[in-house]
Amino acid sequence: MQKDIILAGFGGQGILLIGKMLAYTGMQEGKEVSWLPSYGPEMRGGTCNCTVVISDRPVGSPVIQRPRAVLAMNLPSLEKFEPDLRPGGHLFINTSLISQGAQRDDIEVVDVPANDIAQELGNPRGANMVALGAYVGVTDAVSVEQLENVVRHTFAAKPSVIDVNIEALHRGIELGRQHAAGKED
Amino acid sequence: MAKKLMKGSEAIAEAAVQAGCHLFFGYPITPQNEIPEYLSSRLPQVGGTFVQAESEVASINMLYGAAGTGERVMTSSSSPGISLMAEGISYIAGAELPVVLVNIMRAGPGLGGILPSQSDYFQTTKGLAHGDFRVLALAPWSIQEAADLIQDAFDLADYYRNPVMVVGDGLIGQMMEPVEFREDRRPIKELPPKTWASTGWKKDRPKAIINSLFLDPEELERHNFKLKAKYDEMEREEIRFAYYGPEEGELDVLIIAYGTVARVGLTALEELGEQGIRVGMIRPITLFPFPYEAIRNAADRAKHILVTELSTGQMIEDVHLALRDGRPLHFHCRLGGMLISPEEVIDKVHEILEGRSEEIRHG
Repeated sequence: MQKDIILAGFGGQGILLIGKMLAYTGMQEGKEVSWLPSYGPEMRGGTCNCTVVISDRPVGSPVIQRPRAVLAMNLPSLEKFEPDLRPGGHLFINTSLISQGAQRDDIEVVDVPANDIAQELGNPRGANMVALGAYVGVTDAVSVEQLENVVRHTFAAKPSVIDVNIEALHRGIELGRQHAAGKED
Repeated sequence: MAKKLMKGSEAIAEAAVQAGCHLFFGYPITPQNEIPEYLSSRLPQVGGTFVQAESEVASINMLYGAAGTGERVMTSSSSPGISLMAEGISYIAGAELPVVLVNIMRAGPGLGGILPSQSDYFQTTKGLAHGDFRVLALAPWSIQEAADLIQDAFDLADYYRNPVMVVGDGLIGQMMEPVEFREDRRPIKELPPKTWASTGWKKDRPKAIINSLFLDPEELERHNFKLKAKYDEMEREEIRFAYYGPEEGELDVLIIAYGTVARVGLTALEELGEQGIRVGMIRPITLFPFPYEAIRNAADRAKHILVTELSTGQMIEDVHLALRDGRPLHFHCRLGGMLISPEEVIDKVHEILEGRSEEIRHG
């Protein structure tokens, strides 16, 4: 069983960080993982993305051309990666920053107002955590408990931001689970 | 030790430290900058020294001098930087010094680009510099293997008193994967004391002179034959490869790929297997010495052979040599930093089986 996702946004949104947290959590659960950043000649403030693979077996290609999930944190990312998504795959759209919807109808779209939720929690920089939570809430790619441990570990040097980030994460998970439940109804 | 999630460059650097490398000389170039960056803070912690030289030419010559003292030493660079080091590498090989070289290959020629490539296969295995010498070349396909091979590289360099090069593409440098360093690791070779090392003469032994100049042709010929004996021993003893796929029976297609391209091949192999197509893959782990015999044996039971590389066709020449019979091959490549995807390999295999793929003949 393999889960893979391309996480994309602009520099500064914490995309690479949540990708690392996801891969790290998978590793802690004993899964095989890879984390691959885009490292082309990018501009500061330009787009950035990373690919995370979590698998029960050794990871084959760490480069995923047809991802099972895409997280688009800004419009250029949506335009770039929506066409690559596998049919039936999950497209997470940060609707706080992206006003247009998906172009395709053979995929499952999850609207995540990540910045709005983070703002509401008084933690505007936690939009990435909301988005990560939404992905995990929908796909169960990793366990919530282990992910929480990884968040604590990641922010160990800044204890004051641990609780707010876990709160943001849980708002995302809740949103993701509601989406998944809504689909079953 | 527990598994850590590490970037390839950092795992390579840490593996070197764990192997007892306390001296590093280098010059920055993407996509391997995290190797010197990591070592610049790590080496002082173990009493070592990190030097950022003024150029690649300087760093390889600093490495030459430091290796002469018998210390474990390493430098790393990427394609154009390795070209600049060429002369020094030849001197080191001529002087029979153990060094570990890392090339995180980027696309060329010239300055090219910074994205992954395998376009330095010829450089690594056939023409690293002037003179009649070889370097043992190891090509990892994962971060764990990169860390393991770096540690092996130091043992092999010491054993053969010869440069050992670890070649990875940009993905190996930039990707993060779990890595575990074994605390109970033992050298893979029996390593004699370095009596040849030049560590200061106290009149208690013959002078240790580090040199690659032999003006007497008879003496140089003896030296050349001595070097040849080492390369011959490498070809007998050090070949490493891995095979994936059905162990017995006829193969529809045999894929030959190394480094991260082989991981793409493995994903394709598994998906094709689910479609009922019998695909095997040989992955050379040593590029020199090359696993000619293993490829020949696997090819004997394959209907078609597909070589995939991030170059216009470099390793494929060794595959032709392996087969000896001028048998036509199929080839798929991406260039310039573009990557091969599993879907491309799957499509190519279908093209081959349907007779739509053009065959390549050499010679």
